[in-house]
Amino acid sequence: MTAFQTSRRGFLAAGAGLMLSLTLPLGRARAQTAATGPFVPNAFIRIGTDDTVTVMIKHLEMGQGPYTGLATLVAEELDADWAQMRAEGAPADNGLYANLFFGMQGTGGSTAIANSFMQMRKAGAAARAMLVAAAAQEWGVPAAEITVSAGQISHAGSGKSSGFGALSEAAASQPLPEDPPVKDAKDFVLIGTDRPKLDTVAKSNGTAIFTMDVYRDGMLTVVVAHPPRFGATVTSVDDAEALAVPGVEMVRQIPSGVAVYARNTYAALKGRDALVVEWDDSAAERRSSDELFAEYVTAAEEGGVTVEEDGDLAAFDGAAQVLEAEYRFPFLAHAPMEPLDAVIELADGKAEMWFGSQFPGFDRSTAAAVLGVPEEDLTINVLLAGGSFGRRAQGSAHIAAEAAEIAKAAGRDGTFKLVWTREDDLKGGYYRPMTLHRLRAGLDAEGNILGWENVVVNQSILMGTPMEGMLQGGPDATSFEGSSGLPYVLGAKRIGWARMESPVPVLWWRSVGHTHTAYAVETFLDEVLQAAGKDPLQGRLDLLPPEATRERGVLEKVKEISGWTGPQRDGRGYGVAYVKSFGTYVAEVVEVEDRGGVPHVSRVWCAVDCGIAVNPNVIRAQMEGGIGYALGTALHDRITLGAGGEVEQSNFHDYPMLRIGEMPAVEVAIIASSADPSGVGEPGVPPLAPALGNAWRALTGNKQYQLPFSGAIA
Amino acid sequence: MTKFIVNGREVDLDIDPDTPLLWALRDELRLTGTKFGCGIAQCGACTVMLDGMPRRSCVTPISMVEGSEVTTIEGMEGPEIAAVQSAWEAIDVPQCGWCQSGQIMSATALLQQVASPSDEDINNAMAGNVCRCATYVRIRQAIHDAAKTLEG
Repeated sequence: MTAFQTSRRGFLAAGAGLMLSLTLPLGRARAQTAATGPFVPNAFIRIGTDDTVTVMIKHLEMGQGPYTGLATLVAEELDADWAQMRAEGAPADNGLYANLFFGMQGTGGSTAIANSFMQMRKAGAAARAMLVAAAAQEWGVPAAEITVSAGQISHAGSGKSSGFGALSEAAASQPLPEDPPVKDAKDFVLIGTDRPKLDTVAKSNGTAIFTMDVYRDGMLTVVVAHPPRFGATVTSVDDAEALAVPGVEMVRQIPSGVAVYARNTYAALKGRDALVVEWDDSAAERRSSDELFAEYVTAAEEGGVTVEEDGDLAAFDGAAQVLEAEYRFPFLAHAPMEPLDAVIELADGKAEMWFGSQFPGFDRSTAAAVLGVPEEDLTINVLLAGGSFGRRAQGSAHIAAEAAEIAKAAGRDGTFKLVWTREDDLKGGYYRPMTLHRLRAGLDAEGNILGWENVVVNQSILMGTPMEGMLQGGPDATSFEGSSGLPYVLGAKRIGWARMESPVPVLWWRSVGHTHTAYAVETFLDEVLQAAGKDPLQGRLDLLPPEATRERGVLEKVKEISGWTGPQRDGRGYGVAYVKSFGTYVAEVVEVEDRGGVPHVSRVWCAVDCGIAVNPNVIRAQMEGGIGYALGTALHDRITLGAGGEVEQSNFHDYPMLRIGEMPAVEVAIIASSADPSGVGEPGVPPLAPALGNAWRALTGNKQYQLPFSGAIA
Repeated sequence: MTKFIVNGREVDLDIDPDTPLLWALRDELRLTGTKFGCGIAQCGACTVMLDGMPRRSCVTPISMVEGSEVTTIEGMEGPEIAAVQSAWEAIDVPQCGWCQSGQIMSATALLQQVASPSDEDINNAMAGNVCRCATYVRIRQAIHDAAKTLEG
């Protein structure tokens, strides 16, 4: 049986054996830290006397599979049996558990496997070498004659063999190998094969523990009344009626609003309903989405700053036809199924948190600063997260900060669970930025593309946050990624970006800039190809330069598996889109039916090239899930500000989620590759909406220049 | 005091009778397999069995369940739940996992009513359960697989 542990206690009960504190090279790290420090200490593996191998997973498990993926990498080089593998979330520690691409602990950008690929294999290989050395010593045989397979260490000559557990204590005293060799890809046993995830059983019987499932003695549940408009602050609070609710213990004003502390969740919610709060809107966002878009249109006309330029736009002057389009995308909420939450406990000047955090090190330093305690006196236990899609990775660390503010404002030791309701989540900001694209393309009489211009208008995700330094003074590429750096030969090019400002906080949302750039670019390109008299799929292939082999590979594969014959067949529309995001190449074909003017997607074909496929099962799952996530959003979802600036949506009745009856059949083909692995958590998302837009236009002639499909924005 | 039966055990709760069953199960009884997703019966993460029928516990005040039998994911027994959980594990349905208790409760209730559900039966029975990770392809397959197991 495989299982996983969410508590340290479970591991310790397994017996203290080999705890491997490794000093490992950074391997293929590309972060600046790689150049400045040759080694970073790491602690990833514990082998119990009961033969269990527990891997401390430095990435948040929010459904994308890093518990299983990183454990697979260790098990491969350790030659462990898969059944003995366990996974446990690593605590907050930027030094030990940095994402090698970020230089700090963090999960995002579909980097978990990519940054860990060599690091975790080295960790496994080092542990294996120490176990072999221990066996050689105990048995008095040469280490070179010892073999390891499926968790068994053997010496053929003497007939001796042992599991890992019996040798774990002896292995702990062996010298740490500095640069243990790793396997050739041809010798992989586990990498490249399907296996269920380590956390599947616990997630199928209700025993998996998430942040909201943490209960501590004497714990109070806390909900916060946030201002109805972004940027507003508290003027006055009348808490008399709230305090009269049985179970409500106290009410405190904190920087983000008014916190109600109660003995249970229902009392906290009832108490919050009974608060009378007056808000100061003088610095608040009072513009509606419509008013904001009017300003975005003006900014697009002004052209923004140039972020990519190639050739001379005078090429448009000789065009036989010029196509233009303006696209509008709404704010979007991530809406993870587990609403935002955090548990914090103060005792004797120290603090401990339980928290599904994507940036645990950053959340730790932020919470410690709020509490005024040294960082080393604040522990974060990183738990499973019930979805995130970027929402739990905050440049402002606002959830950690709010939890710490609550604990501080309580004025005493104790445990406090911060709970956001679904309404808090949907009205609470940190949205995918609302965005406007203005595109223009020029064609000659033969249908060759002479020029391409795209101006992107939106708020910056990083500017104005503590993470602005990542930009090193440049424009925020997360705002326009995917509009620039296209693989197609498009003639003279200019990509512009206009940054808008608002008190509405924005954030990366599963696939970030590609959420809108992919739609604008790939649907506009489809129109251009049609104007040129080209087939959408062959037309894309024809625009690729010879060196674009991986782009070509996924387009040709999706053409093959979808049986592509063109954009219409038997009363159904077919659309294709191709997007490279986070290092991964994905092409998707959508089949759409017209059900009374409403698009119904019946089938989706997906070809993905993510380099070496560590666990094909997880890759297929992420493509399936990414497609469903993108489809529900494209069909239904928008967050809008009404007149006066208040958010108009509040829960799943007016921010609808995709339902099972709307989910298409999905066929995924994974391109065989020996390239280093890239991510899969996000790249399934971007091509879906444009492939749908293209299929719908092919079927109905309707051009959808704004999302969602279900209605006009605002 | 509100008395009812949870997973075969009688409970007696001295809390506001308007308290939703969801929060009574979680906050008072520490049965955390039943999840909070929306609070307005739109997502199904809080699905429990009430006298044998699936029910959204987030909109069910405990006063309404006085004397009733409540079964949560922790207390489910029988061939249907066993077949559903095995099917879920075999094709690795969960991603984040938060909604899966509710999915499994609804799927089990479906198989208790309909031995061999069609795709349309599945669409109808599972329409109230949201999976934000969109594991729907596998949920559908796992329900069909579980039905086959139960047929023997």
